[in-house]
Amino acid sequence: MLNIKVLGSGCENCKKLASLAERAVNALGVEAKVEKVTDYAEIIKYPILSTPGLVVNGKLVVSGRVPSEAEITTFLTNALV
Amino acid sequence: MTEFRSADPPRPWRTALTVGLSAILWIAAYNIILPLANWIAYSALGLERGSRLGEAVAFFLYDVPKILLLLSGMIFIIGIIRTFFSPERTRALLGGKREGIGNVLAAALGIVTPFCSCSAVPLFIGFVESGIPLGVTFSFLIAAPVINEVAIVMLLGLFGWKIAGLYIASGLMIAIIAGYIIGRLKLERYVEDFVWKVQRVQPAESEKLTWPTRVERAWGSVKEIVKKVWLYVIVAIAIGAAIHGYVPEQALASIMGEQAWWSVPVAVLIGIPLYSNAAGVIPIVSALIEKGASLGTALAFMMSVVGLSLPEAIILRRVLKPQLLVIFFGTVAVAIIITGYLFNWIL
Repeated sequence: MLNIKVLGSGCENCKKLASLAERAVNALGVEAKVEKVTDYAEIIKYPILSTPGLVVNGKLVVSGRVPSEAEITTFLTNALV
Repeated sequence: MTEFRSADPPRPWRTALTVGLSAILWIAAYNIILPLANWIAYSALGLERGSRLGEAVAFFLYDVPKILLLLSGMIFIIGIIRTFFSPERTRALLGGKREGIGNVLAAALGIVTPFCSCSAVPLFIGFVESGIPLGVTFSFLIAAPVINEVAIVMLLGLFGWKIAGLYIASGLMIAIIAGYIIGRLKLERYVEDFVWKVQRVQPAESEKLTWPTRVERAWGSVKEIVKKVWLYVIVAIAIGAAIHGYVPEQALASIMGEQAWWSVPVAVLIGIPLYSNAAGVIPIVSALIEKGASLGTALAFMMSVVGLSLPEAIILRRVLKPQLLVIFFGTVAVAIIITGYLFNWIL
């Protein structure tokens, strides 16, 4: 089971990243929980300087840009191994 | 940001070839649009040379593709440069710098570091927490939005490199001076208390990127920005073309010219709610200048549009107490107004 978090205060790019993450999860057919984190107090617990950020199983894998769906898939499969 | 694995293996030769071919196509297109616009307006549509409608139509048909081509080309180059800078690297570069030199460096890095005002909070906390002085942090936070890449390209396309350079130089000056003043005022007590208590893991160092990845990212930012602004560009150039063709010369000199002392502060005030619409504002401003509005007033207006934004103020309220927020915006607004007067006076 993957625990995925999208960090961001609700800007356009954060929404884009969240929907891409959902799509990657569905395409992979893995069990996962995608959660949007919009609270700054929660966001700054991760080593992040610019949003959006993607956290997979507690580890920040991308920050400051929207990765492609293929990249997200790679992050997810890496976390599954 | 710790690791990056491209979905496809990098293919440097293919990337170089694609970029080279695109550059040739770009140059060809850039050289063909002027004769093409004139041909459509005066031959295909049969409009009379020198007539108001003919002038306005030819102006529109030339300026729209010119600005869109310049935008894609320049945003691509800026996008490549920005892959060498990340907020993490900028923070590392600013660490341990004194005020003064730190303000100058922060303002310069504000141009090349990718930044979105929605990230202002984590960035502010990250900078302050790593010991970067408050004033230096503000120099960065002012320069990043004030020196806007879309505005640079529009100014370059509509006014030429001198005005574009003047805009960059005055944006830098404003960021350096306003940040330095805020630093001297010792306002640390007006930063929300929780900011000083944050204990965080150090951000990882920047990722290693290959050239195909840099090109891919830069192209991504071209698509994103062009998608966001193309409609504004077309509408604004249409309005600009109408002004160009129909408003008499010098009609605006009395209200937007140098004689009207109040025009600079009024322009700055009007600019505040027009947040982030540099693409839509500059073609109109360009037409207004042609009709007698003064350049300093116009530059102040543009900087207010991109640099003083209410959404950003609301976001920064999370980390700044109201007093500091007011001082921050007040200092930047005053600096922009002074710049406007300065250019009205020297140009």
